[in-house]
Amino acid sequence: MSNVPTDLKYTKSHEWVKDNGDGTVTVGVTDHAQELLGDMVFVEVPESGRELSAGEDCAVVESVKAASDVYSPVSGEVVEGNEELADAPETVNSDAYGEGWMFKLKLADSGELGGLMDAAAYEELVASES
Amino acid sequence: MLIFERSHEGRSNTAQILRNDVEVTDIPAGLRRKQRAVLPAVSELQAVRHYTGLSQKNFSIDTHFYPLGSCTMKYNPRGSNKYAMLPGFLARHPHAPEQMSQGFLASMYDLQEMLKDVTGMKEVSLAPMAGAQGEFAGMAMIRAYHDSRGDDARSEVLVPDAAHGTNPATAVMCGYKVKEIPTDAQGDVDLEALKQAVGPQTAGIMLTNPSTLGVFERRITEIARIVHEAGGLLYYDGANLNAILGKVKPGDMGFDVIHMNLHKTFSTPHGGGGPGAGPVGVSERLIPFLPIPMVAKEGDKYRFLTEKDRPQSMGRLSAFAGNAGILLRAYIYARMLGREGMIRVSEYSTLNANYMMARLKQEGFHMAYPERRATHEFILTLKKEAKETGVIAMDYAKRLLDFGHHAPTTYFPLLVPECLLIEPTETEDMETLDSFVETMVKIRAEADADPDMVKGAPYTLPVKRLDDVKAARELNLKWSPDTE
Repeated sequence: MSNVPTDLKYTKSHEWVKDNGDGTVTVGVTDHAQELLGDMVFVEVPESGRELSAGEDCAVVESVKAASDVYSPVSGEVVEGNEELADAPETVNSDAYGEGWMFKLKLADSGELGGLMDAAAYEELVASES
Repeated sequence: MLIFERSHEGRSNTAQILRNDVEVTDIPAGLRRKQRAVLPAVSELQAVRHYTGLSQKNFSIDTHFYPLGSCTMKYNPRGSNKYAMLPGFLARHPHAPEQMSQGFLASMYDLQEMLKDVTGMKEVSLAPMAGAQGEFAGMAMIRAYHDSRGDDARSEVLVPDAAHGTNPATAVMCGYKVKEIPTDAQGDVDLEALKQAVGPQTAGIMLTNPSTLGVFERRITEIARIVHEAGGLLYYDGANLNAILGKVKPGDMGFDVIHMNLHKTFSTPHGGGGPGAGPVGVSERLIPFLPIPMVAKEGDKYRFLTEKDRPQSMGRLSAFAGNAGILLRAYIYARMLGREGMIRVSEYSTLNANYMMARLKQEGFHMAYPERRATHEFILTLKKEAKETGVIAMDYAKRLLDFGHHAPTTYFPLLVPECLLIEPTETEDMETLDSFVETMVKIRAEADADPDMVKGAPYTLPVKRLDDVKAARELNLKWSPDTE
């Protein structure tokens, strides 16, 4: 069973969202997603300053099996993309919830966080897909 | 081993005929090389042995069963090759005047007509030189059509999530945004999602039918109605045409444009980079936009249609008229089959796939869509086996090579975990299909007894298990003398 931390929020498309408590959130792909995709060979993150709306595709993860889009779970402005991943895409495999984070957003509407799944709901989704 | 590694400095490889060295005087000094080109210094015989050796290490349809799903690796009849190599075809210069090319033009005209007949489209252009170019031509025509009506606010192309990766790429190349449409549990396009997605922004939808999930899209006429009512057009990706050839026509399903992969369905040589051929067929309203040149028949004479005849054409895709040699092979193949033969192609390709699927099911393997009848290909999922033994689909694929079968397509479509997409084609005999099934059973037994052994496969090939992660992360395709 993959790792699903309880302090994070989740999307159907397998992104996780961490509320940093200062009006920003950190976004990455879940442990389950990295497990499905396998060894990452390329990661592209959005540039700072880019305005994203919820559900917009904004990053790419590519493994030996497939390339997959990453969608922004909420609306907001990108304040930082994780540039380290360009040289070390494997970090997404080894530490999906930590060093493997993909980008940070300044929330446009903190109410959108309420629409995301909690850990229990996400675990259910993963179980129903496997 | 690279041919450069066989090289010895100073060895020259001249032709056997004696020839005098000629002083080069008529090339301006500024255009002459300062240094000799870096070429392998090997003898003619060494070069022949090197490349012959490489070709013998390869898997090919002439040497191995090649059930690579979605690729239609069928036998390329020697007859097609023989007649395409007639001196009149082979020696014809692309600039030869039309009156001296009537045989070639007649063949191309007949091929256009046969492809029209079997797909139900109104006109066909043979210009695109590969599947990707056919897709590009098709979407460019859709754009040209909307633009010609001043309907230029259509910015989106719908693509089901089971589509070939080339579909979204093509839409983006033609300046469209891609909107993904989900698939339902039975492998059909999710109609509710489609209804919500269409609108005045919809330029069209790109569909493969049968889909890459190895099933027929059952509600295609309804999909066509929904998209047409929104003002969008339907694009048919011909990747899986082998399953329906001569049986059902994309034109009858409501498609406005279709590309065909002659290197799949019409059995021209395939692999190693081609060359391919990706003709496009269209419905009435897209005729003016077809790529040129096309061939027209006037009385008993044939001639090329050009910009003058088709001022609204989406343009030319190559300097001449497509991959002429490949088109000729497809023409001869189509003439050998005739209308009846084309029906046999789809009947036997689907029969072979369904036979294999039934046998693998009997042996206890799991299918991705067990309730659905297979098309010309089907998807087997090794999710359960992978969980139990740790031996994954890729390991099965590598081990199959040891037993002399080319592996099926792995991990595509991505919707199905640990999958093999298996397409036997109509040209395989029953013994070969049985042998593949028995090999799968054997590998499963090996995986139960000694998973590490299977995970180390292949053992019998010139190269062992390759590190595909390292290859992708540290991509290096260049050799230079300094590499050593």
